[in-house]
Amino acid sequence: MAANDYKFKEVDKIIFGMISPQEVEKSSAVKVVTAELYDKEGYPVDGGLMDIRLGVIDPGLRCKTCGSKLKECIGHFGHIEVARPVVHVSYAGKVYEILKATCRECNRILVDEETASKYRTLHGRFKKERNFEYLRKLAKLAIGKAKLAKKCPHCNAKQITIKVEKPTTFMEGDKRISPIEVRARLAKIQEKDLELLGFDPVQARPEWMILTLLPIPPVTMRPSITLETGERSEDDLTHKLGDIVRINQRLFENINAGAPEIIVEDLWDLLQYHVTTYFDNTIAQVPPARHRSGQALKTLTERIKSKEGRFRHNLAGKRVNFAARTVISPDPKIEFNEVGIPQSVAMELTVPEKVTEWNKEWLLSLVKNGPKEYPGANYVIAPDGKKRKITKETQEQLLLEIKEGYIVERQLHDGDIALFNRQPSLHRMSIMCHKIKVLPGRSFRLNPSVCNPYNADFDGDEMNLHIPQTEEARAEAEILMQVQTQIMSPKNGYNVIGCVEDSVTGNYLLSKKLTISREDAVELLTSMGIFDAKFDKEMVKGSELFSRLFPEDFFFYGTAKQKDEAGVETFLTIKKGKIISGYIDDSSIGENNGELIREFYRKYGQDRTLVLLGNLFKLGIKVLAKYGFTTSIADTDIPEEAIEKIDELIANAYKDVDALVKEYEAGRLEELPGKTRRETLEVKSLEILNKIRNKVGNLAAQYADENTPTIIMARSGAKGNILNFTQMSACVGQQALGGQRIQRGYKNRTLSLFKQGDLGPIAHGFVRSSFKKGLTPVEFFFHAMTGRDALMDTALRTPKSGYLYRRLANALQDLKIEYDGTVRNARKGIVQFKYGDDGIDVSKSEGGKISVKKAIIDVVGQ
Amino acid sequence: MEEQLFKDYEGKLTKKIIEEVKAEVKEQGLTKDQTKKVLEYLKEEYDTAKISPGEAIGILTAESFGEPGTQMTLNVFHFAGVAEVSVTQGLPRLIEILDARKEISTPSMEIYLKKGVSKDMAEVKRVAALIKETKLNEIATEFSIDLTKLQVEVQLNQHRLKDLKLKPDQVAEALNANMKGVKASVNGEKIIIKTKAEENELMETYKIKEKSKEVFIKGVKGITQVLPVKNNEEYVIITAGSNLKDVIEIEEVDETRTTTNSLFEVLKVFGVEAARQNIIREAQRVIEDQGLDVDIRHIMFIADAMTTSGTIKGITRSGITGEKKSVLARASFETPLKHLINASIIGEEDDLNSVIENVMLNQPVPLGTGLPELVTRGKKETAKEGKK
Repeated sequence: MAANDYKFKEVDKIIFGMISPQEVEKSSAVKVVTAELYDKEGYPVDGGLMDIRLGVIDPGLRCKTCGSKLKECIGHFGHIEVARPVVHVSYAGKVYEILKATCRECNRILVDEETASKYRTLHGRFKKERNFEYLRKLAKLAIGKAKLAKKCPHCNAKQITIKVEKPTTFMEGDKRISPIEVRARLAKIQEKDLELLGFDPVQARPEWMILTLLPIPPVTMRPSITLETGERSEDDLTHKLGDIVRINQRLFENINAGAPEIIVEDLWDLLQYHVTTYFDNTIAQVPPARHRSGQALKTLTERIKSKEGRFRHNLAGKRVNFAARTVISPDPKIEFNEVGIPQSVAMELTVPEKVTEWNKEWLLSLVKNGPKEYPGANYVIAPDGKKRKITKETQEQLLLEIKEGYIVERQLHDGDIALFNRQPSLHRMSIMCHKIKVLPGRSFRLNPSVCNPYNADFDGDEMNLHIPQTEEARAEAEILMQVQTQIMSPKNGYNVIGCVEDSVTGNYLLSKKLTISREDAVELLTSMGIFDAKFDKEMVKGSELFSRLFPEDFFFYGTAKQKDEAGVETFLTIKKGKIISGYIDDSSIGENNGELIREFYRKYGQDRTLVLLGNLFKLGIKVLAKYGFTTSIADTDIPEEAIEKIDELIANAYKDVDALVKEYEAGRLEELPGKTRRETLEVKSLEILNKIRNKVGNLAAQYADENTPTIIMARSGAKGNILNFTQMSACVGQQALGGQRIQRGYKNRTLSLFKQGDLGPIAHGFVRSSFKKGLTPVEFFFHAMTGRDALMDTALRTPKSGYLYRRLANALQDLKIEYDGTVRNARKGIVQFKYGDDGIDVSKSEGGKISVKKAIIDVVGQ
Repeated sequence: MEEQLFKDYEGKLTKKIIEEVKAEVKEQGLTKDQTKKVLEYLKEEYDTAKISPGEAIGILTAESFGEPGTQMTLNVFHFAGVAEVSVTQGLPRLIEILDARKEISTPSMEIYLKKGVSKDMAEVKRVAALIKETKLNEIATEFSIDLTKLQVEVQLNQHRLKDLKLKPDQVAEALNANMKGVKASVNGEKIIIKTKAEENELMETYKIKEKSKEVFIKGVKGITQVLPVKNNEEYVIITAGSNLKDVIEIEEVDETRTTTNSLFEVLKVFGVEAARQNIIREAQRVIEDQGLDVDIRHIMFIADAMTTSGTIKGITRSGITGEKKSVLARASFETPLKHLINASIIGEEDDLNSVIENVMLNQPVPLGTGLPELVTRGKKETAKEGKK
């Protein structure tokens, strides 16, 4: 088909209904009469379940119905005529309802004419409005009313209570009503009554719920697989259908031979069982049909249901081509919106490129390289739609043939558009658009700063890459999904992308501590691509370099308290693009809380913010690379004096707890409101022991050398905090389980080495040692307890929150902003008149707010 | 004159912003010209910050809630202050709110008292005692059966009675009112409970004895714990158990500030708007207590989606999702077969107006860039008719 005669068709609506026996027969290609599948030569038997008129699953054969080959023929339905009617299990409940709601003599609905006509008016109205929800409610009402009638209001016949013996046997009083009779009754119900019973008589007659003809699905949906031994293994459905056909034939024979009624009925029940399990093999009252190995068969219902079923697995989830997946690794040298891909991936994935006057030469050179040499091309599509692979044989011919209008599927090169994704895709930043950069190696490379939105790390994570194939898709990806468009989170309006780890440390050091030579300053700036830097002085203060990054009209007033080198409290202030006071740290350029990033974004937009971020990042790591940065265990050393003070602090805390315990034992401890004495003791001692860690921490921090890398990292916010330092150098602190000291274990004690009733700190999980010193066995055990608890918590939480998310997404996915600014659902019902009452997009504003103060500063000036 | 300037921007800017500008203008003494510039600047900023039509705001909200959900703790209980009153927190509580459960695991109220009494500890304690539900076994020291007369004798705890300002005959009265088929009378310090039935058996008497222990005597039904807590200058009574309807009828209670964490009680007493506000308040509290940060718009959005029908609908298969119009959308969530079978009987039609059905059919989704429907006129027979 030529490209310009595509006919665009769209499904407008889907009407649901039941299939009638007539339709089954009409759409049937084969009447199946034998359970035999193949003859001696292994050829499908005519009239068997694998009849080639039902479709082809073997290469080389042609379908007898449509004449197409494998993969072209989608298959054709067949049918079997069941010897006696059987109930369709899924409709058994409905059949039961209808039987109860209609008269056993005249088959009218058991509602008097007056009420019925009232219902009918309502029905007419709802039907016209196509309000199926109300129609269903109306039917429920009518059936509920009809069920209660003892006598038929139309013919006065007395009604006998009908019971259902699950799943498919109906009893009227003590007598069983055979499916034949059920069918006869259902067939006699008039259309006007059917409507009230919740049927659409055009789409669904009730007697169709009792099967007389059973459709046989095409073989293409139940293909057999050939094992290595050459033996054929049939699909579960074929097995089940085989059972049905076999029993059906036997039933036929017995009926024709005039066998006794008992035998016929037994066979009939057996047929019913097989048909039931064919539709649904998980019904509670019915033993599931099994393989010879004892494994339950997977029949029709199981194919549709649950996560692995047709709906969620195949219909709501699609598989795609032009995708790649491999391990990720970091590369701080590439841009935030780039992704490094191995050459092997670049050679496999392609982009269709139309041959024009202007790119013909270039594309021909790619075709010349072919699929095995990079950069090359893999396929050529002629204007008539024929796709040909480029091989040694076809290459020459293609080179001659290609002219304008052809499409060349060329291999990826730098700058191509790709979508990059990491599961679980919890928010929209989990799929972003990056530009390709072909790199050596076998892994995907990404800048460590974009780990946060993906929630990725490099301990073996894998990620997926998709290449959009149409111009529209590429445009959309580039405009709406590129990394810079996603800097601000729609969750709370904070930046999800910022500087991390080394880059924060580097910027911190440069802006706070370093004074560098002119040559170094020029070199640092050059690493960011700034080549025209000039400095008059011999030595340059690090903070002066930043004026080259910020525009001259950039003003910024930080709100996070800082302490400068002299220990004076300041704030980061930038005026006219120059740092006046303070320094750069995590609170200004970090993830989630980077004030400076947010302010810059507000003023200069996404593209310039990305450039700034990239430059800051490069500058940061360059500083560390140039001046060196490492950390050692000696960083956590604190002076003897501090250790003594800490010992004293802890000893005092122990004394306090002991005093509490004594008070408790003497019965003098005053109860807190709503607590017992024992609980009061726990609360109070936990409070003391928790406080001690803070006190120790403050002390340790006081004595810590501010110039050690560990402390620098903690102060700059790059990694770790003072608590980590305290735990390494001084004291790990109290271990709490469920908001309490550790109480579990033996009777009246946590471990058998303690005395019974020991209420002291050590017996209840206080870890006095530091990580550097090492934990005692008891401390180690308590510490492991809380560690295990945290692990369990995460493991149990993930599926729960996953389900909550699925439910939320399913419930809310149709809600959108309409052109009039209202929020509406799929049926156009208004949910909000103005989104969030002010119509502000969280990701387009600062934390959902518009700051008047900042506007005044911008307009009026400083 | 200045007023006119602000008036011009009404509708173009939110009220809050205009108010803020007014305050700032006063404080900083801006000229009229400057004010106009500021307003114009703000308008531009506001316009760019506005949400775009077609934005899949539902999914955005679901993501904003789902992602922090993975960071919440599963630890169910937390003690509110130093109270014995424990409240479900974290993810379990969030699930409870979004499911719109009728029976919540830890109902609790915050009862504010009227200004006159709220600062007086003794008064507050008195009201608290008034609110707390008292059952017979809480004021009795002993239950015994008199075998000869076949009756239950209850020995009352005089101290407790005094605390609660109860008299034995009041207890008997309460028993008569709240227990069926028995007659209670006072005999000195004892209460005698007899069955009204003609025939009397030991078994029956034993049953009455056990039943009588749980009989409600005094207070507000359902409030099992009360705890006055100091909040700023005044005392607030925090309770375990909730009964909004009865509590706000107590005279000293300030019904304008008293709250409960039970969504359906608020719905019943104050209606759906209050219930919506309550969902917002409760959800926000959970998120803030966990130290997470989710914009209030998302919380409001969920509350609105749950309450648009006029009552509270949970985010469950029987709630919002179950009421979707599209058969396929419902079927793709949970219990697909049920939906397909029912649809086939009634001849239901699916208009393919929402997202998931179109995904299933490989068609553009009516959201975001799939929303605009520009039709170019092609050849006559290929021209596509735009969907209504």
